[in-house]
Amino acid sequence: MNILVCAKQVPDTTVIKIDPVKHTLIRTGVPSILNTFDTYALETALRLREAEGGTITVISMGPEQAKAILRESLSVGADEVYLISDRAFGGSDTLATSLILSTAIELLEKKNGRKFDLVLCGKQAIDGDTGQVGPEIAQHLDRSIVTYAVQAQMQDGQLRVKRESDEGYDWFSAELPAVVTMNKTSYDMRWPSIKGRKQSRTAEIPVLTAQDVIVPEDRRGLKGSPTKVKKTYTPVHEKNGMKIEGLAAQDAAKKLVELMSAAKLI
Amino acid sequence: MILDEETRDLVQLVRDFVDKEVIPTVGEYEKNDEFPWPLLEKACQMGLNTLCTPVEYGGPGLTNVQTFAIAEEIARGDIGVGTTLIANCLASYPVLIAGTPEQQKLWFETINEKGFAAFCLTEPNAGSDAGSVQTTAVEDGDDFIINGTKSFISNGPIAGIYTVLASTKKAAGVMGLTAFIVERDREGVSIGKEEDKMGMRLSCTSEVIFDNVRIPKDHMLGKKNRGFKYIMETLDHSRAGVGAFGVGIAQRVVEEATKYAKQRRQFGQPVSNFQSVQNMLADMEIKIQCARQMYLHAATLMDEGKSFTMESAIAKTFGTDTGMECAVNGVQVMGGYGYMKDYVMEKLMRDAKILQIYEGTNQIQRGVIASGVIKKYR
Repeated sequence: MNILVCAKQVPDTTVIKIDPVKHTLIRTGVPSILNTFDTYALETALRLREAEGGTITVISMGPEQAKAILRESLSVGADEVYLISDRAFGGSDTLATSLILSTAIELLEKKNGRKFDLVLCGKQAIDGDTGQVGPEIAQHLDRSIVTYAVQAQMQDGQLRVKRESDEGYDWFSAELPAVVTMNKTSYDMRWPSIKGRKQSRTAEIPVLTAQDVIVPEDRRGLKGSPTKVKKTYTPVHEKNGMKIEGLAAQDAAKKLVELMSAAKLI
Repeated sequence: MILDEETRDLVQLVRDFVDKEVIPTVGEYEKNDEFPWPLLEKACQMGLNTLCTPVEYGGPGLTNVQTFAIAEEIARGDIGVGTTLIANCLASYPVLIAGTPEQQKLWFETINEKGFAAFCLTEPNAGSDAGSVQTTAVEDGDDFIINGTKSFISNGPIAGIYTVLASTKKAAGVMGLTAFIVERDREGVSIGKEEDKMGMRLSCTSEVIFDNVRIPKDHMLGKKNRGFKYIMETLDHSRAGVGAFGVGIAQRVVEEATKYAKQRRQFGQPVSNFQSVQNMLADMEIKIQCARQMYLHAATLMDEGKSFTMESAIAKTFGTDTGMECAVNGVQVMGGYGYMKDYVMEKLMRDAKILQIYEGTNQIQRGVIASGVIKKYR
């Protein structure tokens, strides 16, 4: 089973602060990490490879420093990684990004002489939180997609995916090749091995540029991005919540319903 | 010495692992008297059980400096977990020193598959006096037949393969001992008494019994009757790592003691303001930094192919005496709380003690050092 994982380097939003005046992220001193949902995608890929054999390729679009997350991917066991990096790609929104990534995927598939059985993405990046790139890749590649997956495994030659929904969980079967975007799984990404960490430090990270990944000029970068940001603002955090404590589950539920009725919420 | 960038990076990785996975969980395992399998699975996935495995058998290809610096970090988390993982290095050295490529392949592939190995030297009547080993290996056609009981064997119950020292020539003392590789699943290999220890609770220690165990002659390491030499070389090598363990415990002690001393208020101020407490913390730091340099020095000599017997013994002695002294004083800094099981300090004190005993007591080490001194200054 040959798997491709799309990864993104993001600022660690758990430590990030927002400039109260300019409403922008204060990025200085904030560590860059592999997007949390991509770690679930990568760990799922590692588990699928353990069960089914095959290879794992990780790609990421970003500046030179995004090589760090590709090194991290190598250190946990990815077979191959590629950085997609070019000034011409800068400022791409989700639509342009997904087209560039899809084109890169097709380029690698042409090189390998076969399609990736599975493309795995995080359900969204923890900085932009759009959740659009995965589904758009499936659209560009014309492959079936399951989003918000919490589990993916092979069964009788078919991919079985457990998807989280508002009501609970759905199980899907998908023909390969397919695209799956991963929600938080019950497991975390494994630790890098000592050997993997040592080797990944000096590994050559191949870079694909606009010369390799051919996308029309009007469909990449700022020019190729129809998304226009009208306004950014800091959401107000209401802190006057209340906790129902010291009651048995049934009594606590009754109390909650009483309170919500009184507040005309239900 | 200052660690190079690669080593610092590997050490930081292990430190993160220890802080996130080891330190928060070991207390509960110890309290429940439970072997920490889930934790060890993660550690093995990282390859912390194969630090000394050569690259050709899937190992990381570390220098001795790197291996021991990593050992220090693991010990900072838990000495039992550290012993379980690093006992693989101890057991592997005889195979690295005297093993053929075929023996090394068998050995390291078994560790890759089963996870753990054990070094079987000590017997009820052969501790410091390793020459009085009573386990025998008798030739029988193309085989050897091994009989005897090994005691206090770290990883005894969980190892998939053992290095074993046995007598092949009666009454020849150390010149009649031979080293062997024995797989756990050979007929006649069994586990005897599992020890209930003062500290190092998360390492399993047991008797390993060999009852008419038949092994092919190609399981003999190096030359017949030369086993004692290989085992002494093994211990020369490994004991600097025990020194690193001592430094790891001492490092944890100074971190915990300082944190406590800054929080604990008496006479209207933190006790870290008092000179008597400060002196204890300062003495800890002095010895920790010196002991760390000593094991790194011994490891550097190993990496450069120079003689290291005396330096390794110094690293072991000073590192583990430092571990014990710091732990005792760490309890003192914390006063009554240091004595209570609610805090980690009493465990560190119980754990530290074993390091002055195993892999050659510090009294034996001083003997090694003294014989070096007497040779050196004629």
